[in-house]
Amino acid sequence: MLDLLNGFVVELRNAGLPVSLTENLDAMEAVQHIPIEDREAFKYALGATLIKNHAHWRSFETVFEVYFSLRGPEYKLVEGGDDDTDIDELWRELQEQQKQDGSGGAGGLDSLTPEEIAQMLMSALMNGDQGVMRAMAKQSVQRFAGMEPGRPVGGTYYLYRTLRNLDLDGMLEKMMEQARQEADGDLTSLEERLEREEFEDRIEKFKGEIEAEIRRRLVADRGAEAMAKTLRKPLPEDVEFMHASRDEMVALKKSLYPLTRKLAARLARKRRHGRKGPLDFRNTVRHSLSYGGVPAEPKFKYPRPAKPELVVIADISGSVAAFARFTLMLVYAIQNQFSKVRSFVFIDGIDEVTDYFRATEDITEAIHRVNTEADVVWVDGHSDYGHAFEVFWERYGKDIGPKSTVLLLGDARNNYHASQAWVVKEIAQKARHVYWLNPEPRSYWNTGDSIVGEYGTHTDGVYECRNLRQLEAFVEKLA
Amino acid sequence: MTTTDAGAPGSTTHRFENVQSVRDSLRGVNYLADDGIAGVAYLADRLQKPILVEGPAGTGKTQLAKSIAEITDSRLIRLQCYEGLDESKALYEWNYKKQLLRIQTERGEQGEDWTEIKDDIFSDEFLLTRPLLEAITATDPVVLLIDEVDRVEVETEALLLEILSDYQVSIPELGTITATQIPLVFLTSNNTRELSEALKRRCLYLHVDYPQLEREKEIVLAKVPDITEHLADQVARIVRSIRQLDLKKSPSVSETLDWARTLMLLNIDNIDEQTAKDTLNVLLKYQTDIAKAAKELSVESD
Repeated sequence: MLDLLNGFVVELRNAGLPVSLTENLDAMEAVQHIPIEDREAFKYALGATLIKNHAHWRSFETVFEVYFSLRGPEYKLVEGGDDDTDIDELWRELQEQQKQDGSGGAGGLDSLTPEEIAQMLMSALMNGDQGVMRAMAKQSVQRFAGMEPGRPVGGTYYLYRTLRNLDLDGMLEKMMEQARQEADGDLTSLEERLEREEFEDRIEKFKGEIEAEIRRRLVADRGAEAMAKTLRKPLPEDVEFMHASRDEMVALKKSLYPLTRKLAARLARKRRHGRKGPLDFRNTVRHSLSYGGVPAEPKFKYPRPAKPELVVIADISGSVAAFARFTLMLVYAIQNQFSKVRSFVFIDGIDEVTDYFRATEDITEAIHRVNTEADVVWVDGHSDYGHAFEVFWERYGKDIGPKSTVLLLGDARNNYHASQAWVVKEIAQKARHVYWLNPEPRSYWNTGDSIVGEYGTHTDGVYECRNLRQLEAFVEKLA
Repeated sequence: MTTTDAGAPGSTTHRFENVQSVRDSLRGVNYLADDGIAGVAYLADRLQKPILVEGPAGTGKTQLAKSIAEITDSRLIRLQCYEGLDESKALYEWNYKKQLLRIQTERGEQGEDWTEIKDDIFSDEFLLTRPLLEAITATDPVVLLIDEVDRVEVETEALLLEILSDYQVSIPELGTITATQIPLVFLTSNNTRELSEALKRRCLYLHVDYPQLEREKEIVLAKVPDITEHLADQVARIVRSIRQLDLKKSPSVSETLDWARTLMLLNIDNIDEQTAKDTLNVLLKYQTDIAKAAKELSVESD
C-alpha cells in the first residue's frame, strides 16, 4: 500500500502538481481511515489531502484512475471483483431480455448485430440507467476497440475505433426523434433544448465510461507507470498558446475568467496598500486628541497613484491569433485597472478595435467582431509589421503621450518585409513604456524571418509569453 | 503508521461513525452532501485537520459549516474575514481601558509593587477573547468558521497558521493557550486570490462546485416546501442549461432556490418559455446575462 501511494505521489509530481512532504504524510494517514474498497471516498480522501487547487483536479483524477482502477491482482480481487460480477449479471439479464424479444441468438455479444447493439445502447441511454450504460461501455470496448496486448498505440486510437462503430451523433438525433414522438410530436423549443442537453449529458457520460474502460485495459496490459506517462497533460496555466488543441483552448478560456478576477483583486489591493501616501496632518492632529495631544498615531493620506493608459497593438494573423485574443481578453477583463485602454489589430493593415469592446460588455462577442469586421488586410494578408507600424504612426501616433504604456503583441515574423523599426523607436520616445510580448519560445527568436531583436532594442523589454502563467506575471508587473 | 494516532490528546471521541453517517445526518438537517463533502468532513474529524472549502459563491460553503455544527450539536463561532482584519479582532485584545483603570485605582496606595500590578493587568481578567481564541478556549463543542479567508491580506493569513496546525494561541504576556478540545474548523474562500502554500498545506481541501442535476433537484425538493417533482426537475434542468452559457455570473444554488420559491409564489407548475423569461431576473443579476439567457432559451436549438 505504501509503495503504491508513493508511486502515485511521484507520478503526481511528475505531472507537475505540487505535493509537499506534509501533504504526502497526511494522505498516508487519511487512507488509514478510508477503506480502499470505497473507490469514490478513497479518491476524495486522497484529493483532499494532496490537491489544493481545483484546476489540478482533472490531472489528479487521471493519475488516480490509472493507479487505482486496476493494479496488481490483489486490488482487482477486492474492488474490481464484486463490481464486475454486478455488471456481468446485468449484462446477462440484458441478454435474457433481448432473447425474449426474439432478436438475440444463443451466444454472447458476438452474435448480436451492430443494429441490435445500437438498439440496446439507445434504450439504455433513453432510460439513463447507469449500470446498463457501464455494462454497454465494457462490451462495446471488448467488441469494437480491437485491443491487442502489447501493441504500442495510444488510448485515443482505441477510443476512436470504438466510437466510430457506435455512431453516437446519429444516436442523439434518433433519441431526440423518439423523445418527440413520445411527447406526441409536440415539444416546445425550451423542452426540446432541455431534452437535448439531457441526452448529450448522458452520451458524454457514456463516452467517459468507454474511456475509463479502455484505460483500465491498457493499464492491465502495460502497467500504471507507462500509462500515466502517456496520459500526462500540461496544466491549463502551462498550455502554450500557439500549440493549444481545441480542448485545451476551451480549458484555457475557462481558467481565464477566474484568473482575471484574481488579478484584478490583487492589483486593486496592491495599488491601495503598496505605498503609503504623505502624512495627513489634519487627520493626525485629530487623532492625537485621544492621546492628550500627543501625535502617537500618525495618519497618512490615501495613496492615489495614477493608473496607466494602455495601448495594445496586436498581430492577429494565423498562429499568433490565439495569443492576441487571450491578451486582449485579459486586458479588457481588468480594464478598470487602467485609466484608458485602446486596442489596435493588424496583419498587414491596421485597424482600431477599441469601439468593439466599448459597445458590448461581452468580451467574447467583441473578439468575434474583431476577427470578422476589423479591416486588417492591406495587400495579401501576410503579416507585415513594418507597414502596419508605419500606418499606425501616421494615423494614431499623435495620441501616444507620456502617460501611455504601449504593448506590442506578436512573433515579429515579418515575411522579410521592411521592418520600419524607427516607428517603435519614435513610440518609445513619446510613450512612458513600450513592451513587446512574444508568444514564441525564446530559442526561436531571431531565427528565420523573426526580427524581434531589431524591434526589441527600442522597447523597454521583450517578454516571452507562451502560457497563461507568463501572461499573468507580465500583466501584474504592468499595472 | 497505525491508527493509534487517533488517540492523540484532546480527541477522546470521534464525532462521526463513518462517511455514510455523515451524509445521513447532514441530510437530516436538509443539507444534501455528495461523496466528496461527506468524505472530507469525516476525514477532517479523524485527522483533526481544518477544511478549506473553495468554490463559486452561493454553493453552500458557509451552510456546510452551519449544518455540521447543527448535527454535531456544537456552537458555531464565526470569524468573518475582511481586508484589514488584524490580531486584535481575530485573536485577542487587551482591555486597555480596564487596565488603565486598574493602574489608576492603585495609584497613591502604598505597598503595591509595580511587578505585582504588571502581573495583574496581564491576566485573563483583562483579556478580550476574539473568535479564534474563543474557539480554542471553549469547553463545549464548537465549530469554528473562518469565512471568506481570501479577503484578508497574505500577511494576515499568518495569524491563522498557529491555530490551524497546533490548535493553540501564543500570547506573549500569558504564554501559550492550548485547546482543551479540538474544534472542527472550516475556512471558506471564494478564490479571489491564491491562498498561501503554508495555509493550504495545513488544511484538507474541498472544492464545492455547482451540484449535478440530480443533486440540485433534490436540494430544490428538500428546501422548497410543497414543490412538485415535475417543477423541481424543470428548474434544475433549466438552471443547468443556463450554467452552460458563457455568463458573467452563473446562477448559484441559492439563486436556484429563490427562483423555485418565486415560481411557487406565482402558482406556476409548468415552466414555459414565457415564464422562464419573465422570471430570469431572479436567477441572474446582470442585465447582459439576462438578455443572453433569454435569447438562448427562446431560440430554437436546431
